Amino acid sequence: MAQEMKLTKRDRIAIWWRSTFIQGSWNYERMQNGGWAYAMIPAIKRLYKSKEDRAAALERHLEFFNTHPYVASPIIGVTLALEEERSSGVPVDDAAIQGVKVGMMGPLAGIGDPTFWFTVRPILGALAASLALTGNILGPILYFVLWNLIRMGFKWYTQELGYKAGAKITDDMSGGLLQDVTKGASILGMFVLGALVNRWVNVAFTPVVSRVQLDEGAYIDWDSLPAGAEGIRTALEQQAAGLSLSQYDVTTLQDNLDGFIPGLSGLLITLLCMWLLRKKVSPITMILGLFVVGIVFHVLGIM
Amino acid sequence: MDLTIIQIILVVIIAFLAGIEGILDEFQFHQPILACTLIGLVTGNLIPCLILGGTLQLLALGWANIGAAVAPDAALASVASAIILVLSGRGEAGVDAAIAIAIPLAVAGLLLTIIVRTIATALVHLMDKAAKEGNIRAIEFWHVVAIILQGLRIAIPAALIMAIGAGPVRELLQAMPDWLTDGLAVGGGMVVAVGFAMVINMMATKEVWPFFAIGFVLATIPSITLLGFGGIGVALALIYLALSKQGGSGNGGGGNTGDPLGDIIEDY
Repeated sequence: MAQEMKLTKRDRIAIWWRSTFIQGSWNYERMQNGGWAYAMIPAIKRLYKSKEDRAAALERHLEFFNTHPYVASPIIGVTLALEEERSSGVPVDDAAIQGVKVGMMGPLAGIGDPTFWFTVRPILGALAASLALTGNILGPILYFVLWNLIRMGFKWYTQELGYKAGAKITDDMSGGLLQDVTKGASILGMFVLGALVNRWVNVAFTPVVSRVQLDEGAYIDWDSLPAGAEGIRTALEQQAAGLSLSQYDVTTLQDNLDGFIPGLSGLLITLLCMWLLRKKVSPITMILGLFVVGIVFHVLGIM
Repeated sequence: MDLTIIQIILVVIIAFLAGIEGILDEFQFHQPILACTLIGLVTGNLIPCLILGGTLQLLALGWANIGAAVAPDAALASVASAIILVLSGRGEAGVDAAIAIAIPLAVAGLLLTIIVRTIATALVHLMDKAAKEGNIRAIEFWHVVAIILQGLRIAIPAALIMAIGAGPVRELLQAMPDWLTDGLAVGGGMVVAVGFAMVINMMATKEVWPFFAIGFVLATIPSITLLGFGGIGVALALIYLALSKQGGSGNGGGGNTGDPLGDIIEDY
């Protein structure tokens, strides 16, 4: 117990790799506990040699744990530092280790979820999807490479940061830099979302004319336009707004809406969805509902 | 089209990886843009599956497992709809129908993952027992078993769909009338709004709504690409952060929770 035990860099790399599987045995009772213990095993092997010590350490790390899987890394780092001290005789009790884990997992999940799930992934996903929709294979490749570089880099760097900072990391995390990153990410995220809502929520009201399928790209079908000056205005607006990305020819009602700003109806649907989400309507219900609306309105000739 | 044995094995492997990633959320093989594309690659339907993946990816932008909540399952949705698209042999024309099929599958996948997560509860108790004995190997073993179960969660349904074969799948899809497929396409244009709404609800604060407005208006200029928006967005964020530091005031903690548009929506 008395002699100094240190984790080697190789141990920490092994732990970093194992932390990839932290959610593997995710369960309703103690959530990520199995994966957490799995990740800690190289450290337990290094630091504790007797069977009793190992058993105690394993049980200690099978306690409840749940956070965003990537920000678990700094918590792992801190816990490694604490375990190291404990194994070399410093009195760090179970409650202290569990306290650090529980204390950090909440706030860090609060950073990890919006940053990774709601900023980086949507932006990368949208970028990749926009390439993929044009049949460009670079979309998925870019998505895979960039995401995993960011993820692996983040996990290694923060695990090392946690390991070095030890118990002081919680102060570190509430420092200015991380706040800036979070805020900057949400600014970028909202900005890109604004653009995406405009570009990709496709709604086309077709109350008057029957649906006319476009070929050869988005050309304006003059026959179906209203007569006279109104028709010219419509055509010019269509051309200016770069519309007709949908496969249907757009008609008067849609053009009137687009006269305010192109994409307005998409924005309204998005706001409606936000409102429904806040009313606790399940997203799946909404998606199925929108399909039903699409079919019904299409049959009625409204869309 | 009918698949060869090797193609079937490769698809099952991809489905297995997607299932594992559905819980791990690390390499992202469960995301439509990767899962569909990979299935397209091994079955020789790269472009249709790529487009399917891109479309589904837009739908799934806001799907994330937060805390104990389980999101609709992108893994089963992407894998199964890609397989169905391939079997139907309709190429790009079949993408809309495949998307409509993917949504109920996302719900089915959600139920499957809940079942596996419940089974994992029992596995963790086996880990507890192993821990008492200091048995490291056993803990590793049960953890890997749990991961494999998550992989099988998608691999087995994928194999079942391929076992049914191309014939029934194609008949089913061809039996769909035009008004249904066209209506689904109309709906498909709108459903991406749900994903966007989920993301916006997570990020929106009083402070960042203006940036949404700027993005929305700039998007009416068709020549700005998405990458261009990334550039403008990063620049805006940097400018904002720099200016708010110089100002020194008005950026204190606690004041950023307001969400005026959200409040309006709430009250409506």
